[in-house]
Amino acid sequence: MSIDLKTIKHISKLSRISVDDKRAEKLVDDLNSIFDFIEKLNELKTDNVEPLTSVAETTLKLRPDEVKSKNIREQIIKNSPQDNEDYFVVPKVIE
Amino acid sequence: MSKNNSEYLISRKDNQYEVVIGLEVHAQVLSESKLFSTSATKFGAEPNTQVSLVDAAFPGMLPVINEFCVKQAIKTGIGLNAKINKRSVFDRKNYFYADLPQGYQISQFKDPIVGEGKVILDMPDGQKEVGIERLHLEQDAGKSIHDLDPQNTFVDLNRSGVALMEIVSKPDLRSPNEVSVYIKKLRSIMRYLGTCDGNMQEGSLRADVNVSVRAKGSKELGTRCEIKNVNSIKFMQMAIEYEANRQVDLIEEGKSIDQETRLFDTKKNETRSMRSKEDAHDYRYFPDPDLLPLEVSDKFIADLKNNIPELPDDKKKRFINEFKLSPYEATILVSDIDIAKYFEEVVAKMGKNKDMKLAVNWITGELFAVLNNKNLEISQSPVSAKNLAILVNLIKNGTISGKIAKTVFELMLEGDKDPQKIVEEKGLKQQSDPKALEALIDKIINDNREKAIEYKQGKEKLFGFFVGQAMKASGGKANPQLINEILKKKL
Amino acid sequence: MSEITNQSLTELVENVKNKKLSSTDITKAFIERSEKSKELNAYITEDFTSALDKAKKFDQKPNLDLKLPGIPMAVKDLFCTKGIKTTAGSKILNNFVPTYESTVTENIWNEGAILLGKLNCDEFAMGSSNETSFFGNVQNPIDKNFVPGGSSGGSASAVAGKLTPITIGTDTGGSIRQPASFTGTVGLKPTYGSCSRYGIVAFASSLDQAGPMAQNVKDCALLQEVISSYDPKDSTSIDFERNHYSKELTNNIKGKKIGIPKEYRVDGMPKEIEELWQKGIQYVKDCGAETIDISLPHTSYALPTYYIVAPAEASSNLARYDGVKYGFRASGENLIDMYEKTRSEGFGAEVQRRIMIGTYVLSSGYYDAYYLKAQKVRNLIKNDFDEAYKKVDAILTPSTPSSAFKIGEKTNDPVSMYLNDIFTVPVNLAGLPGISIPAGHDSKGYPLGLQIIGKAFDEQNILNIAFAMEQKINFKNKIMDWWIK
Repeated sequence: MSIDLKTIKHISKLSRISVDDKRAEKLVDDLNSIFDFIEKLNELKTDNVEPLTSVAETTLKLRPDEVKSKNIREQIIKNSPQDNEDYFVVPKVIE
Repeated sequence: MSKNNSEYLISRKDNQYEVVIGLEVHAQVLSESKLFSTSATKFGAEPNTQVSLVDAAFPGMLPVINEFCVKQAIKTGIGLNAKINKRSVFDRKNYFYADLPQGYQISQFKDPIVGEGKVILDMPDGQKEVGIERLHLEQDAGKSIHDLDPQNTFVDLNRSGVALMEIVSKPDLRSPNEVSVYIKKLRSIMRYLGTCDGNMQEGSLRADVNVSVRAKGSKELGTRCEIKNVNSIKFMQMAIEYEANRQVDLIEEGKSIDQETRLFDTKKNETRSMRSKEDAHDYRYFPDPDLLPLEVSDKFIADLKNNIPELPDDKKKRFINEFKLSPYEATILVSDIDIAKYFEEVVAKMGKNKDMKLAVNWITGELFAVLNNKNLEISQSPVSAKNLAILVNLIKNGTISGKIAKTVFELMLEGDKDPQKIVEEKGLKQQSDPKALEALIDKIINDNREKAIEYKQGKEKLFGFFVGQAMKASGGKANPQLINEILKKKL
Repeated sequence: MSEITNQSLTELVENVKNKKLSSTDITKAFIERSEKSKELNAYITEDFTSALDKAKKFDQKPNLDLKLPGIPMAVKDLFCTKGIKTTAGSKILNNFVPTYESTVTENIWNEGAILLGKLNCDEFAMGSSNETSFFGNVQNPIDKNFVPGGSSGGSASAVAGKLTPITIGTDTGGSIRQPASFTGTVGLKPTYGSCSRYGIVAFASSLDQAGPMAQNVKDCALLQEVISSYDPKDSTSIDFERNHYSKELTNNIKGKKIGIPKEYRVDGMPKEIEELWQKGIQYVKDCGAETIDISLPHTSYALPTYYIVAPAEASSNLARYDGVKYGFRASGENLIDMYEKTRSEGFGAEVQRRIMIGTYVLSSGYYDAYYLKAQKVRNLIKNDFDEAYKKVDAILTPSTPSSAFKIGEKTNDPVSMYLNDIFTVPVNLAGLPGISIPAGHDSKGYPLGLQIIGKAFDEQNILNIAFAMEQKINFKNKIMDWWIK
């Protein structure tokens, strides 16, 4: 198993983090050493093991259908980097 | 292109192609608050006024599921004759978009809340069964607005987090028309259940349409294209028609079809590739660690099942058996819950001595025509069920003729007037006194002696002339049956 | 009476209740010491003026029935605090001011405590040395240029350096226990679901848990009592009967069965650690408990499992930092360009590395080989503990495989950094409570910790064992106040 530059570029695209070539090369090294270490899991046979998604020993609780959060537009928009009274604003989306 | 009654086929030279369609319908759940937050779901609110900290994905905010939305999904599943899964899992579907504040949509991927089911379509040549693959719950995204500013896109998160049911059909549909009937049927079932208002203008019902084509008779599925987010039945039909022909042309040219996502351009009436966008789409689904598996008990499901209202298919059967309606009539009357409700109220108000046929004709004839003209829903009908029942009874018991009834109906449209009163006030009661009618007819025969002779000599067409004269003389109120009898005797 | 900042939480509470000290006295003392301790770089945001106002207000009408009456305290900057900048140690949240309060901090303020400020931590709690913080390294009070551990490094440093009488941290793979061990303090990671995650900047949702950090076990028990609550706003919060941990605290652990897992004897572990562990075994025996050799066969798989599960969840949890709603935004020509630049400039190297790992293990074609596999192994690890707990009441292990290391020593080797958490990670994967207590010093005089792992919801039991051991160990932290001029 080895991760190459192309894979790094692909993952960086998927995770929406731009990386320049220098950083990408460093990431190739880092991720390869990390995955070498992760590969240890392949020693285990797990065909008949159920995956564990949560350790919370409870069941999902359901809440009643009530409107509790009122209009807090000001609070919601207050922290946004480029605001306008009504909307979040982002650079033009190119379809 | 050839179409016979049952088959929708696309023809090119010697080849005929069948179209295979599957739908992913997104139906907005009717609920007060959102799927995982307590903000309101009302349509048409000012931008970003129905957004909680959870909906806008503030750091440390967590989802808590709305019980009612779970019930709504299960009820819909029951309405689709589907398997309800007692354990289902919420997954995160990861992608970046301006109107997706979390950077992921909470959806159900591997273990949906509802499994396989079916929907029965009433087609002109009989019934058709369409398989349901699954129904799952998921969050809606917000709205990106691109045309308010030349440099920027504006984002409104009011819809962000509203509960949606995604209903996935099997690839069982074969024509644009079947798609239309299927959507209407789904909409009808959900409106009966009160789980979705089915309002397509407001976006409460939208669909992704999967289209593929194959040589007629082939059993293999062709490569499919998915047309994203089509929001009206008309557009779905247009999109399918365009897309199917595009695919057939490619095959005819010996080219291959790429499995891809396409967009329907309603202005140009064509579909086009969204491949550029797809590049970055590896959704990286995984179970949402902020939520546990959703588990519902047998009792929870049974309680919902016990409270399911009569659904269109059952209602139709009952209308046919109980009211002796034709399947065609019954289909129309059950197609929408409000129509069915109206009809049943008319039936109830007509009392014991009722004329079901007449009532059906009046609803599907005169009333529908008026609603169509005025662009009204039956729930907004200017004539109440009660008054329509009275009108039908007035015809049935001979108080007025069918023809007079039409005049009365016109008058009823103004403020839902009581037809009984209209008849009395305008003196429209049918003239059924034989002596008075005999005198009237005697006078007509006397005034038209020559014609009476011609009639007797065999010119039978003239009978109609005498009927007309008699009706005219009575101001339209004469009982037409009596007129006929008396004329026959006198001539 | 000893100097205020040298007093434990328990002493301070007692002195407030006896009216020997006012909240203002205490708050002033900790502020003054904090002011003199800038070199530790423990704080990201100070809120001293407001803290003093609140202390004065408290003193005007003191409510002495509260559990933390007028007690000042700083908290890890991963807890959202209403009106106070909350950064998670990241540039991407550098200017973020929440309009809401985390449940855990809300519980603390409700019991009368007063916020001193927000403490430094590894960026998004991803780190074991506090070196990934956008706001710089934190110094370990035990020695200059030594890391305090991480990710709750600022918290550990602040408690050990007595800038705050007590604090809270978060622990995803050891982020409370490892820094506690590195600084000679006590740190408890509660059972998953014991403390609400509402309002805590998420790292890995299925592992994150807030917990107390203190100078001694009793203080730790008291704070745990305050922060643990059932919270309907967190779907993974568990509704169980919570003990009055401090009131029920006892050093009577006679007859308790303590498991000693052989797999924690790892290759290359310093002899000092093994010796410390043996001493610990002797201590619990001296307290009347019985030790039993046990096996947790999948222990060596815990770290690889963790480095799949945690980054996977993090890659998704951190997707919300996209420059749209709050925080840092880099300018971009279009939306995608803005995203990529914002996240590239806003996240530090370690966070980016983990997002990349997480994205990769979830991506199409790799999910089964990595993520699903890790979840299965996670089950095996949990089963190991379930089996062990059929025989024992708690488990005793070293907290870390080494004492504190030098700043910069491991930054270029991610795997060696990750190995720091080898003894703490299995506990998070299994959702169990674990406490680290200072148990001795290495040859350089740096503190070393022992970890007691309990059954789910059995915090009281491990607190009791820790309490009993603490009295036997009689640990004294060797802190020379080198940073105070």
